[in-house]
Amino acid sequence: MSFEQFMDEAISPWMREEGPENDIVLSTRIRLARNFQDEIFPIIADEKDLKRVSNFFKQNFHQTSYGQYKNFELIEITDLSNIEKRVLVEKHLISPYLAKARSAAALVADNEQVSIMINEEDHIRMQLYFPGFQLTTALNEASLLDDWLEEEIDYAFDEQKGYLTSCPTNVGTGMRASVMIHLPALVLTKKISRMIPAINQLGFVVRGIYGEGSEALGNIFQISNQITLGKSEEDIVQDLQSIIAKLVEQERDARSRLMQRSEIRMQDQIFRSYGILKHSRIMESKEAATRLSSLRLGIDLGIIKNISHSILNELMVLTQPGFLQHYANKILTSSERDVLRATLIRERLMLEQK
Amino acid sequence: MTCSECKKRPATLYFTQIINGEKTEIKVCEVCAAKKGYINQMEETYSLHDLLTGLFNFGSSQLELQNDNIFKQIEELQCPKCKITFDDFQRIGKFGCVDCYSAFKLKLDSIFRRVHSGNTKHIGKIPKRKGVHLHTKKELESYRQQLQQLIEQEEFEKAAIIRDKIKSLETEKEGDHS
Repeated sequence: MSFEQFMDEAISPWMREEGPENDIVLSTRIRLARNFQDEIFPIIADEKDLKRVSNFFKQNFHQTSYGQYKNFELIEITDLSNIEKRVLVEKHLISPYLAKARSAAALVADNEQVSIMINEEDHIRMQLYFPGFQLTTALNEASLLDDWLEEEIDYAFDEQKGYLTSCPTNVGTGMRASVMIHLPALVLTKKISRMIPAINQLGFVVRGIYGEGSEALGNIFQISNQITLGKSEEDIVQDLQSIIAKLVEQERDARSRLMQRSEIRMQDQIFRSYGILKHSRIMESKEAATRLSSLRLGIDLGIIKNISHSILNELMVLTQPGFLQHYANKILTSSERDVLRATLIRERLMLEQK
Repeated sequence: MTCSECKKRPATLYFTQIINGEKTEIKVCEVCAAKKGYINQMEETYSLHDLLTGLFNFGSSQLELQNDNIFKQIEELQCPKCKITFDDFQRIGKFGCVDCYSAFKLKLDSIFRRVHSGNTKHIGKIPKRKGVHLHTKKELESYRQQLQQLIEQEEFEKAAIIRDKIKSLETEKEGDHS
């Protein structure tokens, strides 16, 4: 049943759980890059080498469980249609890079909280997601999962340089800790543009929701560490923790100021967005993201009641091109997608009101 | 003061030329200076952008091109296992296998420093199974430091305890190897 579930549910089971600060922090992710000591890195490996790596996972880890991560399912990327690949990318279960990689596979746990990508830029890229703001828990869990894999695998590790990776930007810890955060008030007050350079100076990167080079659609930002060498995992996570805590504090502050100074204008904007989402017949993805962000802000501020928090996460994924086409079960033109997007949003909001 | 060459434009560059002990003052405009080869025209094309790309492209800057000898040597570095050269590595920005790290060792620290804010040494996690001997090694290192400190502070009783710990760790380690 697993693969169908991965495809059909826009929102992963772990996303439905409540997490700390989840009015602002959507999710926390830890990604570890690891390689086999004796295998050539995927980027220049031949088909035979790559197959050896993916078969190793098929034999040793397919349908195994570890702790709360049950029934790992090995998905071979070449078996998937373009739309299916896209859906997995939109759900963040695989990276856009993996979707195009040769002999690539992914081991995904039942609750979709863990996905281990195989033959990405490195042999192994494991990623763990947690709802809300839970960096320390995420790091501990990732480290345990890492130890579990290491029982079967000889990792490429060097005393001086740490975990050896294909790209020099990942060497050392091989870790990327990232937090997905919704900052509508800091965007509205234009404060965010002054904060980003400061975050960059601390060795952290600010990106849009779908990673490198993507726009901050729907006021959602992804903040992650750049440095992986010469700093321990704990220190990296500690620093990110304090950056995010600061951002959360500033966002709360900006929200309450906006409410104090111009409550009626805020209400107006939020209800307009709600009205448009509820009634429009054509909806482009950019507009959908903006309106959904505004609706979510309304829910967080208590202006709009009876709609669940997770609507933003869910509809952001559900209204992506891949998901729409999977839903329609055919390839759609962009204007057909805009119509279907509007329909899905309307239906989803109707469902909430009951 | 007008330019001594074209006698039209104002002289903005002043040079002192000494040929066979004879000193001459040259006062020229920028255009004539370039024409006469007093200033290097190449310098003008070397912009801030070049500096920056040099920084990120792992050192394929014009400076290194000028230094042909060193550059050639580096270019010929090749990984014995996966056969990629240092030049390949610079072009794609990725290593081909674990052995590349030792093959290109000499050139890597400067790259790591640029990418990781000046750091070149890993201080994070050590793999649990594979790194068992590394864990003991680290433990030994820290005990030895403590021992040194205790001796300096003349805390000999405490030092003796640490010394015994070192001894037992060392025998344990040898036991592993046999």
